[in-house]
Amino acid sequence: MSTETNPEPGITRGSGTQADQEANQRARRVLFGCAALTVLTTLAIFFVLLDNAASYFFGARFTEMLLGAGTERTVTFTEFFTGTRWAPDHATPAHGILPIAFGTLAVTVGAAFVSIPIGTATALYISEYSSPGVRRKLKPTLEVLAGIPTIVYGYFAIAFINPVLIGPIADALFGINVGRYSLLSGMLVVGIMTIPMVSSISEDAMQAVPDDLRNGAYALGATKYDVSLSVVIPAAVSGIFASYILAVSRAIGETMAVTLAAGFNANITANPFDEIMTMTAYMVSMARGTSAVGTVQYQSLFAVGLVLFLMTLVMNLLNDWFKRRFQEEYQ
Amino acid sequence: MSTQTDELFGDVDLGWEHLKNRLFLGLIFAASMFGVVMLALLLLDILTDFYVGLTEFNINLVDFLTRSGSRREELAGFQGAIIASVMLVIVTAFLSFFIGVGSAIYLEEYAPKNRLTRLIEANLANLAGVPSIVYGLLALAAFRNGIGLGPIVLVGAIALALLVMPIIIVASQEALRAVPDGVRNGSYATGATKWQTIRRVVLPAAIPGILTGTILALARAIGETAPLLMVGALFVNRVPYGPFDRYSAMPTQIYAWAAEPSQHFIHLAAVGIVVLLTIMLCMNGVAIYLRNKYETEV
Repeated sequence: MSTETNPEPGITRGSGTQADQEANQRARRVLFGCAALTVLTTLAIFFVLLDNAASYFFGARFTEMLLGAGTERTVTFTEFFTGTRWAPDHATPAHGILPIAFGTLAVTVGAAFVSIPIGTATALYISEYSSPGVRRKLKPTLEVLAGIPTIVYGYFAIAFINPVLIGPIADALFGINVGRYSLLSGMLVVGIMTIPMVSSISEDAMQAVPDDLRNGAYALGATKYDVSLSVVIPAAVSGIFASYILAVSRAIGETMAVTLAAGFNANITANPFDEIMTMTAYMVSMARGTSAVGTVQYQSLFAVGLVLFLMTLVMNLLNDWFKRRFQEEYQ
Repeated sequence: MSTQTDELFGDVDLGWEHLKNRLFLGLIFAASMFGVVMLALLLLDILTDFYVGLTEFNINLVDFLTRSGSRREELAGFQGAIIASVMLVIVTAFLSFFIGVGSAIYLEEYAPKNRLTRLIEANLANLAGVPSIVYGLLALAAFRNGIGLGPIVLVGAIALALLVMPIIIVASQEALRAVPDGVRNGSYATGATKWQTIRRVVLPAAIPGILTGTILALARAIGETAPLLMVGALFVNRVPYGPFDRYSAMPTQIYAWAAEPSQHFIHLAAVGIVVLLTIMLCMNGVAIYLRNKYETEV
């Protein structure tokens, strides 16, 4: 008989022939192998990043050290985490990650200021106010926005947002001549592309709020405004937060749009019209050049990649935690 | 009576309440139109640049689609990139479909409710959130340089396959979950084993949903740029001979053009984007057709 426990009590699984049973067990093992491969992918990412980043800091990969390679301190952790100049490919190299980390965080925060209010308002409108007809048109439109490749957003930034929207405004208001790239353009374009993420997940959370709660508030004389802000949003808050975290995580890892919008100049600046460089843009600039394996530029890719991976990992774990809370509440 | 209600609701200013509701509705309606307006601007900008490219920069669409590419702007074409992207998607589909669907079947049909299963599920959610450029780094270090395959189509396809795997798995899980349990129990009642039930009953019922999800995932893969850039799919101006040849795909070619200062190249990028979006639109159309065709049958 079958060795596994029957998931549906009361229904006896057919035994089939011995060969059928063996085929079933074989299939189970092969399919488990497929699922295990996904865990292996995560481990491989972590291992490859860590192993190659080691050569950036210690002069040899961990795997090479096991084979007896000597280590030498090339880049110290102090320089990497506190240095304020980033130029590993320069004649006088500098390895401080702060300028490109600043670039990534500035774009992420700026994008959040666009996507969070607009995405939440869109979700509230679709969930609480819109007629079914409007809803049927608005939701697929936002899905199209979510499905457009990031390279197209990058093109939109370099061909429209920066020269047509930002350029003339900066010139008229502040007399600043905006170049091909600007931090503000990066913030805007990443903000726009993460709106659908905030709106669709927040809307799901708002839809999951039981109507009883709304009706209870209406019975007390609340208006739709009160119900939306004082009942629906607080009740859906963990789902809404999960959507924010997902959008922020996406903004941190965003590459093509930000590269074509914000540029390749690693500096810490308070001027949104300046060109900056994010961590991902640095990786693209290295990929465009032909940095040979073993050079410090090649190794720096993995150190930056590891920092990026860890940042998004923290965001993903937070998102997972919020999502689980939101599922517990009304399901 | 009336004095009582006056006292009870004396602090409620109905006029202000009305105004507040109106203003709020106006505000969130305007906000939800922002996304729509931006989408319209984006499409308008690309179509305008496409049109200007064809008229003012004399980009001939037939030449564009049949030339393999060039460093010289007036000779540049997209054929090599289109064929490379089609090749990439086919290899990606081959690499990700069976493993993805297999994982979904395991998780939905076989997996016991234990810590290992929870770990696999949580890991899947995490993988879906890993930035695409990181998959590029993995393929760069492990496959391009690690085992020395070089910047070939296969390496790009491995990166894309790993990237779309979580999407295919989640879509397949949903398709499998949509098959009613009664169908499974009917099969068990005839004496079938679990695997026979999955292969002959559950999978045939779920396959339209699985295919829809897979095509949508592949439509996403064809537009992915960052992982391909990391493994070096750039600056190749010819049609790849096969999956072991060097290449430049549609999105990376668009990036190379868009990053050039010359206006001619910018407009070449716009024409390339129109081709890319058209192909993606067709793939999405096929997926929606499949979904609508089989939706009523299950």
